[in-house]
Amino acid sequence: MADGNSTVETLVSINNLSFSRGGRKIFNNISLELQRGKITAIMGPSGTGKTTLLKLIGGQLRPDQGTVFVDQKNVHGLSHRELYRLRKRMGMLFQSGALLTDMSVYDNIAFPIREHTSLTEPMIRSLVLMKLQAVGLRGARDLMPNELSGGMSRRVALARAIALDPMMIMYDEPFTGQDPISLGVLVELIKKLNTALGLTSIIVSHDVRETASIADYIYIISGGSIVGKGTPRQIEQSDSEWVQQFMRGDADGPVPFHYPAKDYIEDLISSKKA
Amino acid sequence: MIRIINNLGRGTLDSLAKLGRSALFLTHAVTGITEILPRPRLLTKQLYFVGVLTFLIIVISGLFVGMVLGLQGYYTLSDFGAEESLGIMVAASLVRELGPVVAGLLFAGRAGSALTAEIGLMKATEQLSGMEMMAVDPIKRIITPRFYAGFISLPLLAALFSAVGVLGGQTVGVTLLGVDDGAFWSQMQAKLDFYDDIMNGIIKSIVFGFVASWIALFEGYDTIPTSEGVSRATTRTVVNSSFAILGLDFLLTAMMFGDN
Repeated sequence: MADGNSTVETLVSINNLSFSRGGRKIFNNISLELQRGKITAIMGPSGTGKTTLLKLIGGQLRPDQGTVFVDQKNVHGLSHRELYRLRKRMGMLFQSGALLTDMSVYDNIAFPIREHTSLTEPMIRSLVLMKLQAVGLRGARDLMPNELSGGMSRRVALARAIALDPMMIMYDEPFTGQDPISLGVLVELIKKLNTALGLTSIIVSHDVRETASIADYIYIISGGSIVGKGTPRQIEQSDSEWVQQFMRGDADGPVPFHYPAKDYIEDLISSKKA
Repeated sequence: MIRIINNLGRGTLDSLAKLGRSALFLTHAVTGITEILPRPRLLTKQLYFVGVLTFLIIVISGLFVGMVLGLQGYYTLSDFGAEESLGIMVAASLVRELGPVVAGLLFAGRAGSALTAEIGLMKATEQLSGMEMMAVDPIKRIITPRFYAGFISLPLLAALFSAVGVLGGQTVGVTLLGVDDGAFWSQMQAKLDFYDDIMNGIIKSIVFGFVASWIALFEGYDTIPTSEGVSRATTRTVVNSSFAILGLDFLLTAMMFGDN
């Protein structure tokens, strides 16, 4: 991929991307490639800008430098109209679910279909019920978003994300704050939908075990650059101490347990307050 | 010293940037009308939330303001034996000033703050972002109907405020204090000019509706997406709308009635 564009096998290609916010460099010249039909995980500690990366791919943020190609289109070179056309083929699952709170589950899933197509109501109904059936919530169609548990709203949001049959879905921390059962359900769903619908999935997460269990390829980001990449097996056998600490969740290692401070004993003895 | 200049410069730049953002936001929202014309239900729903739900507070406030005007006007005018002019006094104060201004302030407090909080929370819960990713323009889909609803509602509410106020003034002046009914109404009819008084009042309320809706929606859209941010934005809406309404009222009054 010398030319840096996405090709037939690569759906998303990020080249030499830099992004900073509020004077802080979030990404420093990173490049990654996401294969079509695969589940790619992007992992890293909290606050490394994983969500920001998804927003850059979706064209909601502009990079300082570098390009993002999705399906061979330069996301940040598109006109407003073209970008919106591209987004119709990208689904995104927000951490909060981002369901529209003034609409029922049914209407939430019908929303993108009603906005973008002129299908008749009976057809929309069949589509909505099919999507709900896929996530196992056909019986919950009349509930309002505030009546759903966290796991259920994420499943509804997932049904909404696949409502327009997109080519890819971006998952923003799909496993955070889920009980073991919802967690199992979500892991299973993401895997199943990816195969059944021929999707390309991008999972941004720091839940190592769940993510590694379904990912085909993993990128680990920290401090603005990529510190590890490979298949789950390769990552597991990585000789980088940092990657090992992250994957095993050790308290101390290259990422120290202690926030940088002066010598402990000296600090205790000294009388100064600060 | 340098820090003061520094902060002054940054503050100026920030406010200019915000002004620029709000102007772009307004253009985007106003031109979004092409989106709601084919789907009038988006607008009627907001007309209900913004306009109809503000109805009660407007009617009750209008009634009391009119009653107070009747009372105060009667005490002052009767000193000069001019209590027959109570009708025109009450009506002119309401139609020219109090109707648009007080209705505007109430609108900013009741509907404006609700709009800011609603949009701010939609932003905080990623609903606006989610819409963008579903390729639905949140400004056109969410802001535009609310903007036009406010813009249409306030002139109607202000007219209602004035009408109810006149009835309140009549209740106190005529029914309770014994001003002649015929004089009350006929003086009003004779001296209140349709263009100079009523139209100018309507123009004021249209301007206030425009500004109050703009401020409320922009503050919501531009909010920092945290609970503190939303609460600050809501406060700013009420404060800024009130200042804008009172300041603009002075300017408009000077322009409209200045050459009399």
